[in-house]
Amino acid sequence: MHQIQASTMKWRYLQQSLFFALIRGAALIITLALGGIILYIIIHGISAISWDFITKPPTHSMTQGGIMPAILGTIYLTVGAISIGLPLGVASAIYLSEYARQGRMIRLIRVGINCLAGVPSVVFGLFGLAFFVIFFGLGSSILAGSLTLGFLILPTIIGASEEALKSVPKTFREASLALGVSKWQTIFRIVLPNALPGILTGSILGIGRAAGETAPIMFTAAAFFTSKLPNSVFDEVMALPYHIYVLATAGTNIEETRPIQYGTVLVLVTLVLGINMIAIIIRAYMRRNKRW
Amino acid sequence: MDADMIIRLKNVNFYYGENQALTNINMNFRKNKVTALIGPSGCGKSTLLRLLNRMNELIDATRVEGEIIFEDKNIYAPDVDPVEIRRKIGMVFQKPNPFPKTIYNNISYGPKLTGVPVHDMSALVEQSLKQAVLWDEVKDILNKSAMNLSGGQQQRLCIARALAMKPDILLMDEPTSALDPISTAKIEELIEELKKDYTIIIVTHNMQQAARISDETAFFYLGNLIEYSKTEKIFTKPDVKQTEDYITGRFG
Repeated sequence: MHQIQASTMKWRYLQQSLFFALIRGAALIITLALGGIILYIIIHGISAISWDFITKPPTHSMTQGGIMPAILGTIYLTVGAISIGLPLGVASAIYLSEYARQGRMIRLIRVGINCLAGVPSVVFGLFGLAFFVIFFGLGSSILAGSLTLGFLILPTIIGASEEALKSVPKTFREASLALGVSKWQTIFRIVLPNALPGILTGSILGIGRAAGETAPIMFTAAAFFTSKLPNSVFDEVMALPYHIYVLATAGTNIEETRPIQYGTVLVLVTLVLGINMIAIIIRAYMRRNKRW
Repeated sequence: MDADMIIRLKNVNFYYGENQALTNINMNFRKNKVTALIGPSGCGKSTLLRLLNRMNELIDATRVEGEIIFEDKNIYAPDVDPVEIRRKIGMVFQKPNPFPKTIYNNISYGPKLTGVPVHDMSALVEQSLKQAVLWDEVKDILNKSAMNLSGGQQQRLCIARALAMKPDILLMDEPTSALDPISTAKIEELIEELKKDYTIIIVTHNMQQAARISDETAFFYLGNLIEYSKTEKIFTKPDVKQTEDYITGRFG
């Protein structure tokens, strides 16, 4: 062994510092970008926020008043999307990971799911328009929008659920089957409950996405303006993302409504971040109880 | 053929895909006895054990030939439901694998889901835990998670869980290999106790254990049954040289 040259050491130290700086920089940029966006929205939007803003409908051609119908509409659409996406997604994941024999057919289905995840959201919107709104004659409605959003978040839910199901130890399944408990009982009593944290996390991320999307609902559910609240799932609704789009591009007075736009954005971002935060808390809580 | 044979294997071959894991096995297991299956790793002893309650078929691309007769019926006959077989032939695994549920629910899980009418569930839970000599240690914490128990306690819980199904046969796949010597001794005592009511077939790597607890011993090597006889004979004057070599530690 020969002595390492001092210059070599110096060079290595330099290399290391350089790479650490690069990595730190990358992390910093992301944090700053997120922080910047949120700060910007808060600064511009906070003045618009008031009790009336979140509890009253818009007035004066949407240049004044609140955004209550849009908040409610987004909640309806999100709940609808999850009620469609969750059962369908979890059922698909159970089939894919527990029942299907791994072969060419399953590979094909998986490729399909991955493609679905990569489809631009506006394509979902057009699909929803052609299929649910026109073909099934649902019209622009909560139901059509929920179905479209449900399909949009399907890949997220299937992916998360499949991972969660796979992470349940094989020994649990074996123990249950060896007792003479049938396969579907084993899945429902042992596998599914233990996969629940993962499934929930995935679903809540899906909810966050469904709440924030504009393109899929603009042809299928969202109304430009409606002061009345929906009576059934066949009515159309206002929705936060679409309301922002409308105010910012097609409103009656774009400049005058800037504060309302930022206020709406702030409400939407708070809603979505809040939902994601719930996902993180649930995951942390469930992980703490996990012991295998 | 003796009437006290509870399960009989006739010309059994078993394949994992292309690999033959067991070759032409013929053997009968005696009722209310402890039979030990021994042999070096990969000899097929665990595979054989898992054939007896049809657990091997959970693995893709496996194939069985021959017959395994239990209650006058081939358990691999097309009209036999593996779920029914597993209710009568219980299993305890190498690593303790309690469910992440309470101690009580671990025991009641099987009887509740398999539709066996249970007159008094808490009595069954108590009885099963007593049989597994765990009752005194857990009777005050039945509603606590089974995950809090020690490894040895967990394994006895798994035995109690299997017993709650009132099986005829108890299969044990190296049940003490993950346990400390004291827990191992407890399990061995328990096996001695249990053979009054159950037939026990146990795979073990530990030759002293086989000698201590079993009535009969079968030695496997490379998927073949080499020698099967009374434990005493296997460990004192085996007929086959391979058996002797293995038992005296010359290979394996």
